[in-house]
Amino acid sequence: MATREEITSGLGEILEEVAGVNPDDVAEGKSFTDDLDVDSLSMVEVVVAAEEKFGVKIPDNEVQNLKTVGDAVTYIEANA
Amino acid sequence: MVAGSRIVAMGHYQPSRVVTNEDLTKTLDTNDEWIRSRVGIAERRIADTETVADMATFAAEKALAASGLSAADIDLVVVATCSSIDRCPNVATRVANKLGITAPAAYDLNTACSGFSYAVGSADHAIRAGAARHAIVIGAEKLSDVTDWSDRKTAVLFGDGAGAAVMSGVPDGEEPGVGPVLWGSAPDKGDVLRIEGWRPYIEQEGQIVFRWATTELAPFAIEACRRAGVKPSELAAFVPHQANTRIIDGIVKRLGLSETAIVAKDLVESGNTSAASVPLALSKLIERREVPSGAPVLLFGFGGGLTYAGQVVRCP
Repeated sequence: MATREEITSGLGEILEEVAGVNPDDVAEGKSFTDDLDVDSLSMVEVVVAAEEKFGVKIPDNEVQNLKTVGDAVTYIEANA
Repeated sequence: MVAGSRIVAMGHYQPSRVVTNEDLTKTLDTNDEWIRSRVGIAERRIADTETVADMATFAAEKALAASGLSAADIDLVVVATCSSIDRCPNVATRVANKLGITAPAAYDLNTACSGFSYAVGSADHAIRAGAARHAIVIGAEKLSDVTDWSDRKTAVLFGDGAGAAVMSGVPDGEEPGVGPVLWGSAPDKGDVLRIEGWRPYIEQEGQIVFRWATTELAPFAIEACRRAGVKPSELAAFVPHQANTRIIDGIVKRLGLSETAIVAKDLVESGNTSAASVPLALSKLIERREVPSGAPVLLFGFGGGLTYAGQVVRCP
């Protein structure tokens, strides 16, 4: 089972690859759109990549609830 | 007996009025950078007086002239459209009448943005069955009629236009130029893309459509190639529905095309023209002689329904 730190760092790698985000900026309190400048379509790409990386299903209706990196970490931790 | 069908010639028509992203900023809170980075569109053509049937006719007229056939040879007219406000007579008979095609089988088909590949598949089946000899297949849309011009989420996306193909039977012993159609739908996702009610405007859940298109469609496109006996790496060009460059890139990433394959990105100058997008883009590739005659091209449409369809065709 991955720790929250490991999930955050994994998300950092994904965010760097699909949206060009500096992984050093990725922290639990950061908002995907407001702080990391991830647009709505890149967010979908992040979700798809996270599903694969963490072996978790993130349904369409859940994506809008993932406002911050911490929201995503919590969801992945609970559902992986 | 016929072995199948082939596309003999193509033609297209777009209205003369160009609407740039900059033009849209005069009435909408949007900007060029946002539209280009999210969608990939720089400008679109918007009809003033032309109807769907007018644009369909102009495109078909060009395709017919390039085919060397005459109106009297045509016995099937199929029009793919989801935006024709005039319901009856249907668009296909209007086109036939304007072109002097006197007694064709003539019908419209609505599978939204996948319409052209559905229509090519239907015409191919009719020709194979002996129900038609020469067909005109058209994708034509006036999406400006069903666009809410005050909604910045959708108004930046769409355009008007038409593209047409003339299809003929291929005699036994010769290689067909239209591969088997791969067609289908995901009706349970239908509510994420709508043109409903009165008066109808296009609405969509962009994230869900984007996810579906970028994650679920590539296997169908690959299957369309397999059915035609062509490897994706052997395709000379890929002409997908022109909705969003990021959707196109997402599908391409999973296809396994060769480095030299052309990927149509006509939406940059045309916007999303739904059923017209694939024939418009293909017709322009042919007009610019970017694809050699006989080379395999994968057409793949997807959109409202949600529906999808594709086939490998040989470039006329």
